[in-house]
Amino acid sequence: MRNLLLARKWGSAFVWALPVLFLALFYFYPLGSIVVFALQRLAQDGGESLRDLNWAYLGRVFGFTVYQATLSTILTVIAGLPAAYLFARYEFRGKALLRSLSTIPFVLPTLVVAASFNALFGPRGWANLAALNLLGFREAPFTLTNSLTAILIAHVFYNLTIVLRLVGDVWSRLDPRLAQAARCLGATPWQAFWKVTLPLLLPAIFSAALLVFIFDFTSFGVILILGGPRYATLEVEIYYQMIALFNLPAAVLLSLIQLGCTLGLTVIYHRLSEIVTRPLPLASQKRVLARLSRPSQKIFAFLIIAFLFVFQILPLLALVGRSFVYAGWERGERGLSIPTLSFTAYQEIFINRRASLFYIPPIRAIGISVAYGLITVFLGLLLGLAAAWFLSRQHDSPALERLRRSLEPLILLPLGTSSVTLGLGFLLAFGKAPFDLRSSPLLIPLAHTLVAFPFIVRSLLPALRSIRPRYHQAAAVLGANQWEIARRVDLPIIGRAVLVAGVFAFGISMGEFGATALLTRPEYPTLPIAIYRFLGQPGELNYGQSMALSVLLMSITAAGMILIERFRSGEVGEF
Amino acid sequence: MINKQLSLILKWSVILLLISSIATACATPTAAPAPTSTESPLLTVMTHDSFAATESVIAAFEEEHQVKVQFLKAGDVGSALNKAILAKGNPLADVFYGVDNTFLSRALTENLFEPYPSPLLTEIPATFQLDSQNRALPVDYGDVCLNYDLAYFAEKGIQPPKNLGDLTKPEYKSLLVVQNPALSSPGLAFLLATIGVYGSEGYLDYWKNLVENDVKVVNDWESAYYSEFTVHGGSRPIVVSYSSSPPAEVIFAETPIDQPPTGVVTEGRSCFRQIEFVGILKGTKNRTLAEKWIDFMLSKPFQEDMPLQMFVFPVNSNAQLPEEFTRYVVIPTETAQVDPQAIEQNREAWIQAWSETVLR
Repeated sequence: MRNLLLARKWGSAFVWALPVLFLALFYFYPLGSIVVFALQRLAQDGGESLRDLNWAYLGRVFGFTVYQATLSTILTVIAGLPAAYLFARYEFRGKALLRSLSTIPFVLPTLVVAASFNALFGPRGWANLAALNLLGFREAPFTLTNSLTAILIAHVFYNLTIVLRLVGDVWSRLDPRLAQAARCLGATPWQAFWKVTLPLLLPAIFSAALLVFIFDFTSFGVILILGGPRYATLEVEIYYQMIALFNLPAAVLLSLIQLGCTLGLTVIYHRLSEIVTRPLPLASQKRVLARLSRPSQKIFAFLIIAFLFVFQILPLLALVGRSFVYAGWERGERGLSIPTLSFTAYQEIFINRRASLFYIPPIRAIGISVAYGLITVFLGLLLGLAAAWFLSRQHDSPALERLRRSLEPLILLPLGTSSVTLGLGFLLAFGKAPFDLRSSPLLIPLAHTLVAFPFIVRSLLPALRSIRPRYHQAAAVLGANQWEIARRVDLPIIGRAVLVAGVFAFGISMGEFGATALLTRPEYPTLPIAIYRFLGQPGELNYGQSMALSVLLMSITAAGMILIERFRSGEVGEF
Repeated sequence: MINKQLSLILKWSVILLLISSIATACATPTAAPAPTSTESPLLTVMTHDSFAATESVIAAFEEEHQVKVQFLKAGDVGSALNKAILAKGNPLADVFYGVDNTFLSRALTENLFEPYPSPLLTEIPATFQLDSQNRALPVDYGDVCLNYDLAYFAEKGIQPPKNLGDLTKPEYKSLLVVQNPALSSPGLAFLLATIGVYGSEGYLDYWKNLVENDVKVVNDWESAYYSEFTVHGGSRPIVVSYSSSPPAEVIFAETPIDQPPTGVVTEGRSCFRQIEFVGILKGTKNRTLAEKWIDFMLSKPFQEDMPLQMFVFPVNSNAQLPEEFTRYVVIPTETAQVDPQAIEQNREAWIQAWSETVLR
């Protein structure tokens, strides 16, 4: 008995040690290194690097950063909830495909998203061409780039899937009888939603909104490419200070301000979620899912699917179209020229035309991307499950309980950290013994895991917390120890959440470009790197090849996600 | 039933592991580390992401000196340089290639390089040798110039612009797209061209006129060239790009063409010349090999390989340009001049004043 207790204690110790060690080594150590380095530079120049900072301007940048992130988050949640409801409550044909397709935007590199928006809404995009030629407009009606609207649409486009999946997951396991009971007692459908369903969903909604906000708050590529030079976020300013001016103290100071905001927000979030979280009445998927039978339901479903189609899928299709079709733009003239179908770009990506040492065979880029993706899924789930499990428990020992309380907000920090700053921190931290890893290709999946880890924990926590303590007590009474409870009670219940987390980890790794670009690496090119390489040179064929590779990236990611979701066809996720 | 779940999870883990090991296997470069790699020493070259070279050219160097050359790509020019500076003392590589004249002063102030007076410098015109102590040696240059859509101007029957001053005239209203100098390297080069022509006192007035003439600013070259430029489906027929963009348009044409769709403004000091340098990183343990590598970069085989790989021009006077370049490129006789030291000192002030004038 004593041995068993001891084993349990050590088990808990091991569980928290794993994520804590990971964060300490691959997050706090590099971050600390760059802060120390910046302080040294500041001491060298006697504080001069901070003296000339234009605080009035930086204040405006900060204000805009918060403003656009808040607006984007609200829009994303509003747009995501009805879709989450549709996916959670109804069974219809093509649902799995639609869900996978709407996740693809999440993984696309920003330049590719910009290209797909441009193919659709650009000055000579499909939408404008149609308006000019078919509807008789005299001037192109859509001007999307360089505007706040473009930033907002892109943020919703990117992050809708977070709300869809995180909230949808909880919603799909919510016992519908609760709302039905409310209806029996005379509530209107709206009242039943407002008073019963929404409060139960709040933890998941907060969780999703927090992630969306942090993504938008630290947004870089979208602001840069779609927002244009009149808009700058803190992240853009950090890049400018760090890379263009090499003003490390200023860049690090701004990074810390950004980090402080993430931390503050996370703490507020935890206060809120402690108030709203409660064990959920769960039901089997089979009981929850209904068919679309009534006309009103069909209309609702149609509207949601139409919305998803226009905002999530049409830009992707425009991109696919662009990779095959050379419109032979009639320059200076508006008018639809005859598009020519061509597979040249797809053929060219397989040919090393210039006998270049740095030619990337697509198969190799796919292999590397997928390998990194799988390593990220594996490492991320391992660390994420350990962390989420530890965080979801009440611990007997006050020390562990303190650790739990302080660890939880820290987990989100990597998401809210400037990747420029962290990238240089990696270089400083891992440039010397004992950890000389700086040009190791392993750093890339580790960096991906760092980005995916907070995501995984946040996907798992609401599910783990929603498990009724009664189940644990029952299992314990029947003689199960903590491990058995975790394996036999928790894991089957959170199975779906694990899959959602896995899908995100895979997606984050496939599309990640920032961290990859910031690490110094020998030739281990991923698909996004190959895409950017083609985009950096003039010439129609280079553009075509980058589009072809983007389509390849989309397809491989979608295939990977569908495969991961296929786990569900087993018993995991049902109980 | 639970056992069934577990066995399912196990089964899938095995499948996943199999896939990942296959993927990793595919990922290992097939032809890479030749058996010699264990015996021959390793020379590491740190550079920016745009670096490219022909496989056989590099292989010839490796063969001749019994060495394996590894390239570390470290982001855009600014990022790569900053990383090299952060790793000072315990350098990531033996040689750094790619610092240009807009960043040269930073590299020299930070004391990044060891001097090396290569014998090949005699073949390189003195105008390229900006560092008198030969810590940074010139390798190639490229001219950032205005490119324009030939078909557009032919159709409208207007003359393309001849110099920077033309761009402020009414007939060129709403035709120009440029990049933000704070974040883009050609954007900075174009800003420097205007400073070179109008001086640090006059350039802001020039930009005020450009703003009145509805200049469009985007943050990056990719957006300017592939989204805004009329040749690729945008609405602006004049764009800031390189003088070597037209041959690239011919070489990478979707269907073979014999004339580029774009022209370049090369007159009136309207171009800014970016010169790229190479240097031996202080603290290298491979000094002799590093010297050999620099000699190789300045020698004919590598110099003649660069144009079609990186679309830059060789500095070595003996190097021949490829036919695509001699046919489609005009090298400006005179470019805008700004001293590298002045660039590093005033970069922030110039960009800030530019932002306040142009972006407001």
